[in-house]
Amino acid sequence: MNGAGPVLSTLAGIVYALILAPIVVVVALAFSADNFILFPPSGYSLRWFQQLAGNTPLLNAVVLSAQIACLVTALSLLLGVPAALALDKGRFRGQEALKNFFLAPLLLPTLIVGLALLLFFTPLRLTATLPGLVLGHMTVTLPFVIRMMTTAFSTLPDDIEAAASTLGAKPWRVIWRVTLPLATPGLIACGALSFLLSFDETVISLFLSGPRASTLPVEMVRYVEGRTDPLVAALSVILIVATLIIVVLVERLVGVARAVGQ
Amino acid sequence: MTAGSRLPWLVVPAALLLLAVYVWPTLGLFRTAFNEVGPTGAMIEAWSLKTTGEVLADSFTIELTLNSLWLSLSATLIALCMAYPVSLFLFRTQSRFRGLLAVIAIMPMLVSGVVRVFGWLAILGDRGLVNSLAQWLGLISTPMRLVFNWTGVTIGLAESIMPYMILALLAGFGRLDRTLEEAARSLGCTPLRTFLRVTLPLSLPALALAAGLGFVLSMSAYITPKLLGGGRVFVLATEIFEQATTNTNWPVAAVLAIYTLVLLLALLMFSNVAARRLQR
Repeated sequence: MNGAGPVLSTLAGIVYALILAPIVVVVALAFSADNFILFPPSGYSLRWFQQLAGNTPLLNAVVLSAQIACLVTALSLLLGVPAALALDKGRFRGQEALKNFFLAPLLLPTLIVGLALLLFFTPLRLTATLPGLVLGHMTVTLPFVIRMMTTAFSTLPDDIEAAASTLGAKPWRVIWRVTLPLATPGLIACGALSFLLSFDETVISLFLSGPRASTLPVEMVRYVEGRTDPLVAALSVILIVATLIIVVLVERLVGVARAVGQ
Repeated sequence: MTAGSRLPWLVVPAALLLLAVYVWPTLGLFRTAFNEVGPTGAMIEAWSLKTTGEVLADSFTIELTLNSLWLSLSATLIALCMAYPVSLFLFRTQSRFRGLLAVIAIMPMLVSGVVRVFGWLAILGDRGLVNSLAQWLGLISTPMRLVFNWTGVTIGLAESIMPYMILALLAGFGRLDRTLEEAARSLGCTPLRTFLRVTLPLSLPALALAAGLGFVLSMSAYITPKLLGGGRVFVLATEIFEQATTNTNWPVAAVLAIYTLVLLLALLMFSNVAARRLQR
């Protein structure tokens, strides 16, 4: 008895159709010629992509979100990778407690984190600013990077590092010349995923955004709340394609299954 | 070994940052819950349980709690019924596309929540896919109301928590021993009986953990109830956001947030105990 069997495969197929349905519908709707959400569309055109090219608030939000995601990724790797190294290679008291401390933010719902940050940032005038949004996103990405890189470092084979130090390499040199190069695929996957996490982060951004600074997901929420036309679908197609490219690249490099820690 | 002794210092920058932007603000949230709201709506610094008492005594809080629990329960059960066959399929399949199929199963996780909500609006809306199809088939004459109400929110929420539950189920299936199923089959069990007497009982702990995860994620979900509810669906998450932003009533928002956290903790403990009981 091998494989999945016809009954199970059919059931799984139906669920797969449901999983993909919203995404397929959004893609079809992006090429709609109608003025409102009508499915199936009565005609097809590229007009919503043209409209999108002229929508300044959304385009500004794309730029701001990309800036935030780049800063968040760079800072999270800069702080997170050394921490992960220490947590995996070091032997010190309180190590397990620290590991748990770094995982804790992932357990708290972003709704609560967002509220806490709003209360904390308002007196400091950090709401609706670039630094505020970057710091807010890092509460999600930094623990994620530390968790993912600790796993990545612990799965590296020990013998190459051992060989390097037997041959006389100083410990820091071993880390710099052996450990980090070996962990490069993990680093790339980690960077790509934290970029996506930051770019898609919605709830914390909703708490911290204002008229002065508003990220793309926040602008999309406002747009969908206010009116229902296929403009957001056109934008979604671009986002889905960009995400797919990143995911496929990461999958090619390391495999997403390994990257999510499974 | 210089690296051995200096290595621990590498955690300091990350730890300091999280202390500043995670631990301290969370403590501040708890502190705010003790403040009072003045008659003008301004926050008054205090160490009292007045706000807590008012929130807990409010019948609207009870309504919100029941709404949240009912919504989370229905979304979790629907998601569980759909995640289970997919996970079992992924666990058993020997297709060379297994990796790709696993990525597609968790794809909703990688696509922005707003995009998926928009997709559901196009499927469930008055002039969406389902209504167009039903009218074309002559099943209905006027469109069914499927969004901007509890139906739409439940469907959207079930879909958004499903990938997380698939991952939890896959992780839990490690204990599922194929040889036991093969033994049952070779001893004359029908496939259905094998499933009911061997596979399902063995996967109960994984199901309990996945259900706990789905429930917690549903209770704290904000985007789906907000956008697919169209302002007609009131749950704890939407109320926390309203109080914090539109009403700028921070003490009430903080009390509601802590109240929700306590509910979540209780639920998590319950699902962990259930999973451990089932494991025996």
